[in-house]
Amino acid sequence: MPSTIKLWDFSGGIHPAENKQVSTRRPIQTAGIPGQLVLPLQQHIGEPAEPVVAVGDVVLKGQKIADVSHGMGVPVHAPTSGVIESIGDYPVPHPSGMTDQCIVLKPDGKDEWCERFPISDYRTLERNQVLGVIHSAGVAGMGGAGFPTDIKLKPPRDRKVDTLILNGAECEPYITADDMTMRERADKVVAGLKIMAWILRPERCVIGIEDNKPEAIAALREAIQGTQIEIAVIPTKYPSGGEKQLIQVLTGMEVPSGGIPADIGVMCQNVGTAVAVSDAVFEGSPLISRVVTVSGEAAESPGNFEVLLGTPIAYLLEQAGLQQDRVSRLVLGGPMMGYTLNTTAVPVIKTSNCIIAATASELPAPPPEQACIRCGQCAEVCPMELLPQQLFWHSKAAEFEKAEHLNLFDCIECGACSYVCPSSIPLVQYYRYAKGEIRVQRAEQLKADRARERFEARQQRLEREQQEKELRRKERAKAAAEAQALKKAEAEQSAASGEAVDERAAKSALVEQALARKKASAEASNAKAAPPSEAEQEAPDLDALEKQFSQAQSKLETMQAMLEDAKAQQADNVDKLERAVAKNHDRVKRAEEALADARKTLAAQTEPQSIK
Amino acid sequence: MTEYLLILVSTILVNNFVLVQFLGLCPFMGVSGKLETAMGMSLATTFVLTLSSVCSYLAYTYLLAPLDLVFLKTITFILVIAVVVQFTEMVVRKTSPLLYRVLGIFLPLITTNCAVLGVALLNLNKNNNFVESVLYGFGAAAGFSLVLVLFAAMRERIAVSDVPVSFQGAAIGMVTAGLMSLAFLGFTGLVSV
Amino acid sequence: MWTGILIAVLVLLGLALAFGALLGFASERFRVEGNPLVEQIDAMLPQTQCGQCGFPGCRPYAESIAEGGAINKCPPGGESTIKALADLLDVDPQPLDAEHGVEQARRVAVIREDECIGCTKCIQACPVDAILGAAKHMHTVIESECTGCDLCVEPCPVDCIDMITIEPDIRGWTWSQPRIITTDKQEANS
Repeated sequence: MPSTIKLWDFSGGIHPAENKQVSTRRPIQTAGIPGQLVLPLQQHIGEPAEPVVAVGDVVLKGQKIADVSHGMGVPVHAPTSGVIESIGDYPVPHPSGMTDQCIVLKPDGKDEWCERFPISDYRTLERNQVLGVIHSAGVAGMGGAGFPTDIKLKPPRDRKVDTLILNGAECEPYITADDMTMRERADKVVAGLKIMAWILRPERCVIGIEDNKPEAIAALREAIQGTQIEIAVIPTKYPSGGEKQLIQVLTGMEVPSGGIPADIGVMCQNVGTAVAVSDAVFEGSPLISRVVTVSGEAAESPGNFEVLLGTPIAYLLEQAGLQQDRVSRLVLGGPMMGYTLNTTAVPVIKTSNCIIAATASELPAPPPEQACIRCGQCAEVCPMELLPQQLFWHSKAAEFEKAEHLNLFDCIECGACSYVCPSSIPLVQYYRYAKGEIRVQRAEQLKADRARERFEARQQRLEREQQEKELRRKERAKAAAEAQALKKAEAEQSAASGEAVDERAAKSALVEQALARKKASAEASNAKAAPPSEAEQEAPDLDALEKQFSQAQSKLETMQAMLEDAKAQQADNVDKLERAVAKNHDRVKRAEEALADARKTLAAQTEPQSIK
Repeated sequence: MTEYLLILVSTILVNNFVLVQFLGLCPFMGVSGKLETAMGMSLATTFVLTLSSVCSYLAYTYLLAPLDLVFLKTITFILVIAVVVQFTEMVVRKTSPLLYRVLGIFLPLITTNCAVLGVALLNLNKNNNFVESVLYGFGAAAGFSLVLVLFAAMRERIAVSDVPVSFQGAAIGMVTAGLMSLAFLGFTGLVSV
Repeated sequence: MWTGILIAVLVLLGLALAFGALLGFASERFRVEGNPLVEQIDAMLPQTQCGQCGFPGCRPYAESIAEGGAINKCPPGGESTIKALADLLDVDPQPLDAEHGVEQARRVAVIREDECIGCTKCIQACPVDAILGAAKHMHTVIESECTGCDLCVEPCPVDCIDMITIEPDIRGWTWSQPRIITTDKQEANS
């Protein structure tokens, strides 16, 4: 059936030597069971899984040994039966070469399966149930990203998937894992696709394959007989296997910057993932092995292997006949997007697709970086239509804002720009560095903002506490003042009724009265504009003045008596008493005068009124 | 109409005040480190140039000339320019404190920008009427802005490039300005005004 | 002749007065309250509120910078903050002033609970309220909120607070800047 499917093209792209023939000469071989299996708890995007077994536990093949309790992730299963040897930090396949939590399993050689629950007709189940089966089987994206497949197959309600694409492009040189999978397991590929299509109900299902895989195309064409699935044979170009590029080739649509394919109603899954989905449903088998390509001139018998997850790379290389004296570099992944391994003790995980045992001449050490000559070749080959040269300048000068402005985060790190650079500039390294720095800065900014919020909240809290304290203090002061005033009023009353409790009380009462009068007279002069109140002011004054007068008189008498006594006794305080007497004398005089004045003014005031 | 177009083309390209007449080189070299600063500066200078050109023309035509005080034109123009710059400074400070802080001393230095005084004085030689004066001032400012922005963009890229140590900083800036000037000399003869 | 001079002087005077009035009016109209630049500067500081710059918090330091103060006094901010401030204010970046401290990896405070006596002195000292606890109750540092300013270490009467450097782990790892001699560039044989 000729392919009359309309194809588009994506801009840029390169045509490196494929080097794929070497590893497709033989069918997929089983790698066997190594002496030890190291299973990292995080082989997917999301939260790391937590062990559900303990050291010393006996596990069966396919038994769940780790699960994700909160957050996004998929469980990990035992690839074969055996005993849990340890749980700890071991080297994992990561460009950093760092370690991570792993469960180490010692196989017992029996390869005993646990109880599996195959589903013959998934269509009788609910979609959520099938998704649950896929989740429990630990299926994650096997094309290299490792996104949990069950979550990917459940896009939000407002993003209906119209086109389901299966990515069989495998554009990177050396890697042939998907090619062999499609050749030998085309039925499972199509079965998995059908399951996914049943879950998503798209309008169109397409399998995209590069034209350098004629056998795979033929096998798939057989398998899709009687279905509505389309096979699109696309021209070989790197990186046409990139999700966004494949979507553009097959549908002509571009995934929006910063968005995902579901935004435009498309979903892309790897053929290996489809096989895993099929196995999970039809066999009830969890994801415990995958097809890995071993290639490179330093491998005597390169090819594709069905490898148990957790198999140390060293074991796998042995199977492929690694020649230690010829190998100069081990690359995990392809030559464009993979990274160099420093140790072969790392295990194969769900996203490992290829290992290249390269000789020195095959993948030579990169020449030192030279100055950019601004040739623009990088911009010509960029599949995302970015400006690699500008991104390079900005990343190098650490002008990360400008780099981000030029859509740095849309870079898929395919390496086409580094490949063509005549100055051997490691462009992708610069972009990765810049992206990392920007992410770190964002995280720090977030933290700083939180810290500022907390600081300001604390300042407010302290201020509030301060204000409350002030308020309480004021209230207490007010209460105290009221109590004192009450006491004073009582004292005043007693003084006014002629009972001189003691000299001091009388004195203070007098002082208080004088002050009160002064205030009242001040108020009186202010309230001159209000004649009615004036009369009221004058009256109490009169009373007060009379009181003052009488008190002053009585005081004078007391003082005089005291003086007499002192003189008689020849006491020391005679002078003092004399002075005090003189003072009181004055006081009496003043009080008298004040009283007289007050009477006069009152009379003068009342007069005009009476005349009126 | 063609008259006005000719004035604009002449002031912006052919007789560009910075690269052909070599006026206003101080802010040209001083503010062209970053593109944002350069744009801010060019906006400020455009405002000042246009306004002072107009005010100078008005002051000359309606105050100095009738009263036979033409000899006072230099000091009057400087007064006008200083006032306009002060006014601009206040506006910038209010609208964009960051730009104000970044421009720093160069904002009041627009007063001493020989291009501003030059425009005011050269305008007289051309016997322009009011509209022509406005266009003259605006064209001069547009030319200044164009060149400043171009130069700033280039300097930003030069700053992160591999420049030999002895050329780094102002030296390579001068060389670049010289080359730009050569390029602008190519406009000679485009129009004759 | 004298009339000429008089007219000239009067004209200039008149102009000056008119312009002066205009400027006076403009200065009122365009009066600037506060200083929004401070906000922008404050947003760039790391908000550890540690006081190593010599100011009681990040905001006062931001105010000092807005007024022309030195930008190289913040050790927790480090080189990146100095550079960012230099970019913002168009000044030259200077190296971190060693008088105020050196740049270190991010640390968090950890209270040794066996020794904690519940005195709340550290709680009062923490500028971001990252310590949980009450009088006579156990105190503990909320790790995600701790900014590593180490203001809590001093007040503790039993010296039970340690500053622990956060070890980088595989999830926090980022690529480093490529140097001239690169070893990781992948290139297919062509």
